[in-house]
Amino acid sequence: MPELNLTSAPAHLRHGSNIGQPLTRRDGVLKVRGQATYAADNHPPGMLFAVMAVASIARGRVTSLDVAAARRHPGVVDVMTSDHKPELAIDPEIKTNPFVFRMEVLQSNEVRYANQPIAVVIAETLEAATEGAALLAPRYETLPALVGLDAGESFVPPVVGVGNPTENHRGDVEAGLAAAEKQIDAIYETPPQYHNAMEPHAIVASWNGDSLQIDMPTQGLMLSLARVAELFGIAHDKIHIRSPFLGGGFGSKGLMAGPPVLGIMAAKLVGKPVKLVLRREQMYGPVGHRAPTRQRLRIGADGEGRLTALDHHARTVSSTFDDFYEPAADASHTLYAAPAIRTSHDAVRVNTGTPLFMRAPGEATGSIALESAIDEMAWACGIDPLAFRLKNYAEVEPITGKPFSSKALRACYEQGAARFGWAKRPLQPRQMRDDDGLLVGWGMGTATFPALMFQAEARAVLRRDGSGAMEIGAHDMGQGAWTALAQIAADELGLDIDRVEFKAGSSDLPDAGIAGGSAHTATAGAAIHSAGAAVIAKLADLAANDERSPLFGAGNAGVIARDGRLIRRDDESRGEGYSEILARADVAEVEARGTGAPNPAAMEEYAMHAHGAVFAEVKVDPELGQVRVTRMVGAFAAGRIVNPRMVQSQLFGGMIWGMSFALHEEAITDRRSGRVMNANLGEYHIPVNADVPPLDAIMVEEHDPHVNALGIKGVGEIGITGSAGAVANAVWHATGVRVRRFPIRIEELLTKL
Amino acid sequence: MNHSISLTVNGARREFVLDDPRVTLLDLLRERLHLTGTKMGCDRGQCGACTILVDGKRINSCLALAISHDGADILTIEGVARGDQLHPVQAAFIAHDGFQCGFCTPGQIMSAIGMMSEAQAGNDPERIRECMSGNLCRCGAYAGIVDAVLDAQASMDESNQRCSVRGAPHEAI
Amino acid sequence: MKQFDYVRPATVAEAVAAAAQPGAAYLAAGTNLLDLMKGGVSRPDRLVDVTHLDGLDQIECLADGGVRIGALVSNADLAHDAHFAKSYPAVAEALLSGASAQLRNAATIGGNLLQRTRCAYFYDAASRCNKREAGSGCDARDGENRTHAVLGWSENCIATHPSDFCVPLVALDAVVEIEGRNGRREIALDELHRLPGNTPERESALEPGDLIVAVRLPAAARGFAAHARYLKVRDRTSYAFAVVSAAAALQIENGKIVEARLALGGVAAKPWRARAAEDVLRNVAPTADAFQETAWRALTDAKPSGDNAFKIELARRIVVRALSLAAAGTPARIAALPASPFASTSGAIHARA
Ligand SMILES: Cc1cc2nc3c(=O)[nH]c(=O)nc-3n(C[C@H](O)[C@H](O)[C@H](O)COP(=O)(O)OP(=O)(O)OC[C@H]3O[C@@H](n4cnc5c(N)ncnc54)[C@H](O)[C@@H]3O)c2cc1C
Ligand code: SF4
Ligand code: FES
Ligand code: FES
Repeated sequence: MPELNLTSAPAHLRHGSNIGQPLTRRDGVLKVRGQATYAADNHPPGMLFAVMAVASIARGRVTSLDVAAARRHPGVVDVMTSDHKPELAIDPEIKTNPFVFRMEVLQSNEVRYANQPIAVVIAETLEAATEGAALLAPRYETLPALVGLDAGESFVPPVVGVGNPTENHRGDVEAGLAAAEKQIDAIYETPPQYHNAMEPHAIVASWNGDSLQIDMPTQGLMLSLARVAELFGIAHDKIHIRSPFLGGGFGSKGLMAGPPVLGIMAAKLVGKPVKLVLRREQMYGPVGHRAPTRQRLRIGADGEGRLTALDHHARTVSSTFDDFYEPAADASHTLYAAPAIRTSHDAVRVNTGTPLFMRAPGEATGSIALESAIDEMAWACGIDPLAFRLKNYAEVEPITGKPFSSKALRACYEQGAARFGWAKRPLQPRQMRDDDGLLVGWGMGTATFPALMFQAEARAVLRRDGSGAMEIGAHDMGQGAWTALAQIAADELGLDIDRVEFKAGSSDLPDAGIAGGSAHTATAGAAIHSAGAAVIAKLADLAANDERSPLFGAGNAGVIARDGRLIRRDDESRGEGYSEILARADVAEVEARGTGAPNPAAMEEYAMHAHGAVFAEVKVDPELGQVRVTRMVGAFAAGRIVNPRMVQSQLFGGMIWGMSFALHEEAITDRRSGRVMNANLGEYHIPVNADVPPLDAIMVEEHDPHVNALGIKGVGEIGITGSAGAVANAVWHATGVRVRRFPIRIEELLTKL
Repeated sequence: MNHSISLTVNGARREFVLDDPRVTLLDLLRERLHLTGTKMGCDRGQCGACTILVDGKRINSCLALAISHDGADILTIEGVARGDQLHPVQAAFIAHDGFQCGFCTPGQIMSAIGMMSEAQAGNDPERIRECMSGNLCRCGAYAGIVDAVLDAQASMDESNQRCSVRGAPHEAI
Repeated sequence: MKQFDYVRPATVAEAVAAAAQPGAAYLAAGTNLLDLMKGGVSRPDRLVDVTHLDGLDQIECLADGGVRIGALVSNADLAHDAHFAKSYPAVAEALLSGASAQLRNAATIGGNLLQRTRCAYFYDAASRCNKREAGSGCDARDGENRTHAVLGWSENCIATHPSDFCVPLVALDAVVEIEGRNGRREIALDELHRLPGNTPERESALEPGDLIVAVRLPAAARGFAAHARYLKVRDRTSYAFAVVSAAAALQIENGKIVEARLALGGVAAKPWRARAAEDVLRNVAPTADAFQETAWRALTDAKPSGDNAFKIELARRIVVRALSLAAAGTPARIAALPASPFASTSGAIHARA
């Protein structure tokens, strides 16, 4: 391709009618036909099956494995143990960067949590590998397990979440509390939760000499690739990871965990492709979870119902060997305008797999406590919960004093309340019954989630046949990247979406960063935006410098890219199709790259968050204590909405997670053994269809010129926040019983009804 | 010991020699016939991702031994569409965004098709929710799923004859 | 899953002979057995597949007015049999409240009766469990036991029987027909499951080789059709085992209860027939007070086996509610949410001050 001379960057406009349209999923047909290939659907020739054996103790040492028994089983090919395994290039205990978590890949016989992998059996059939793993019958030297929030000495971790300070404060909390007319001092507990994506973690790994082909669901293609490269000591370009579809991730597939590494090791050991799929119970350990918390909230309010102080302390846990601390108290930073705020954390170490970010890490956990406490305070002040929240509406971010880049929360409150019919809510609890005599309660919660941006790159191509391509190693976990990012790509290229070849989900594409923090559409979208701008600029230069083009000389005025044509901004009657421009220039295609990244200057100046208001109705059997959510309305302001159909689905999903947080999910750990006793989907309850009432999600219009070029804030996680508290508060309103231990169970209500 | 069994899979009759009686219908389909549309979510009857129709009835294929179903007629997600023409339930799932990640979707669709022929739910959303409760969706696509079922039922009622589920022609495997 | 021999007998006699061998187990639909085999809890050497046996999948109306349900009838087919559901509505409602539609399509009646406990420590092969391994201890006793038994338990085992189906069956005096090495015999369903005592590993009255061929409901059971309900409290709206459940059936004549049947689920190692409590209701009007007294009587002997005292109070309240619902009359059609408190309760909730 000839060198192109770029003139000074003119303000080219690109037009399309894709962003904002409720397109159906572009991967929909594949998915409904069962043709979308998830990792475990791959089956390279000669492939063997690998099954992990995992520890049934939470702390101690494996003293023996009956490898001979496993090997005797027909079909078993090999048994990988700490004594018999390919060596790694680096010690997996070394944290080479903050996004590396320690993993167990048979580096020793130490056991540090239940369900830790302790061996891998490789066999010709899945049946043989599975039974081979059972036949290992491990023996252990067992040490007492550290279990629960009081397992040992507490300490203050250096940071919480991903690099957040452990403590924050503004103003004098103690003085604020002392001056308060009303005080709330309450303790809320949240349980350990497991992501439980429907798709179990899986890998199909094939070595070809020193090149490695991997099929694996990942929310972070490049981070995973880099980790694999350093663990196996091979160059990045020797590794290819495909992850076109994830069967859900929710944070558990963000970073490389031990099990997929074991799959790669197993393939190396036997010299054949290997498939390793986690059994559901094996997902309760080595692939992360949401840590339990005990949160104390102390809130003060004056006689008018204005907050005087907000103190939020969270106790959480991490593993005995690594650090991730659920930043629960940080949820109190942004929502309510208390003149004095303090948030703090401490932790103990227990024998679990290292906790990890799970959909709205910290925000969800903190939100249910904060929203409950705010509800309690509203009641103590005798004020309607919505009125109370409006009274304490934060015009600037309370913890920093920064203005918001945009904040349409008032509109969320208003529209949500109107749709729900909140105005008819009696202030007193236990006032409403349905025709059958069931108690009815209405509750609300405020939703918030930071508008984050990571780093991403994209490559855009315009071709002589009038088509275009956009390449980005983005991830579709169900949020709809295949569709939403293609919509953005089409608009940025000024092409019909069917003329754009959109490529994603593979590590040989430009790095799209990590699909997490609700930032993927914004980040990848920004990269696509800038790649599109760059490629259109190149095309415009070709035309503007060509005397034969109707666009000749349009350089300074700029062009509009629309429907596969460039037209002059100052004279829309003059334009030319992309194909003609490229044909005349005699190039097959033009290509350009672009990046998306946070804007530090804007971040310095503004607090950036999405907001929302969730209203829930529950029914409670007045004698039996069973609870059912019967209605939920959420109104969310999250900047620009790329695809309302899919955004609605994401918000619904989040609201259901919030309901689940309040009423259903909880891992139950045996206090003695440290084993999760409901490590399955039968007893670890997530909502079923019959639990989910008619839902309503209002997308409140919001324009944010600061968050990123496209004004997108992200919707993946905000739906949980607010919703969990809304359901909990509705249970209180139905019954008059305030339950502060989540999930709310029958027994907590039963005796107090 | 080897066991010979025969199964009709998506319309095609097949004879197999099973070298292992432990093989479930799920693992037979996925790992031996490479019909990977049917998904494994829990392997223990707790999620519904593996739902298929056996002799017209929806069951969890993870808890069914293949050998015990000798002679059965099996319909999986791969056998539901007619060539390029989607089954009304499939089309409705797309139209109503009845999925996000899509992993539970083959099971949801097979379950919905099975539910319709059970004819217990009618068009009462509450009954549909209950009858579809054997299919977990962690993404939380339940609202779209219920709408999709209602819509597909309505369109199938209209063109009753044309959309007979059991009589669908099948792709050969 | 351990390797096993697969046997497909052609006749009941062959089945019994094959299953009488040590290490053999009957395979029906396998929705419970395969689950346990995958978890390493059951490790049979031989599976005797009864699903191809002829003649065990019929629902027969007997000349005496009773009904005989073949052991291979599926849970769904029985619940959806219009005649059966009309005659024994509480049984149909219980069936439909169990598991999921998929599981009910597969699961057999015989397998449902003989499904094993859902005690998490029984399921967890690394835990000590007297039921799984006689004499090894019971890790549930001091463990996570909020769902465990409050009636009929022993220090050796506090597990519950999880079946919904069995609860109305035991209330209605169901009889189990068994084919064994010594021919055919029958026992009351109430005698089928055993309380743990010192031998929790012995769960039923069955001997090796015993095959359940049918379950019978006597003609008298139909007399309750107008006033029979099943109620099941769960931790989620559907696809969950009972925390506690109850089946209540009444015969009401001229405003008085002539006969009452009451059984509880999720409270003991067997479906719990509350006979003494039934007596409270003989020849009294169906009033809230009478139901309260019945509930107290039903739970007189209850005691918590751990973190589950709430189940006693819950059971009392479920009894009252189930009786109130039954007294109000069997609905024409089973509710959208079978056995759920959120099925329309038609005024059965008594608002309390
Ligand atoms: C996720 C899940 C949720 C469930 N929820 C519920 C629920 O809410 N309520 C409920 O009641 N049940 C529930 N179940 C249990 C379900 O009802 C049983 O698994 C089913 O009824 C067993 O029937 P089956 O034919 O599959 O039996 P199998 O699994 O084949 O057999 C079970 C046992 O019975 C023996 N057996 C089977 N048939 C005979 C016979 N004719 N004679 C002698 N022995 C025999 C077998 O050897 C085995 O020990 C649930 C199951 C699962 C997996
Ligand atoms: S309660 Fe019974 S089944 Fe559970 S662990 Fe104890 S002995 Fe085993
Ligand atoms: S995989 Fe069969 S029910 Fe989950
Ligand atoms: S669509 Fe993801 S689990 Fe249902």
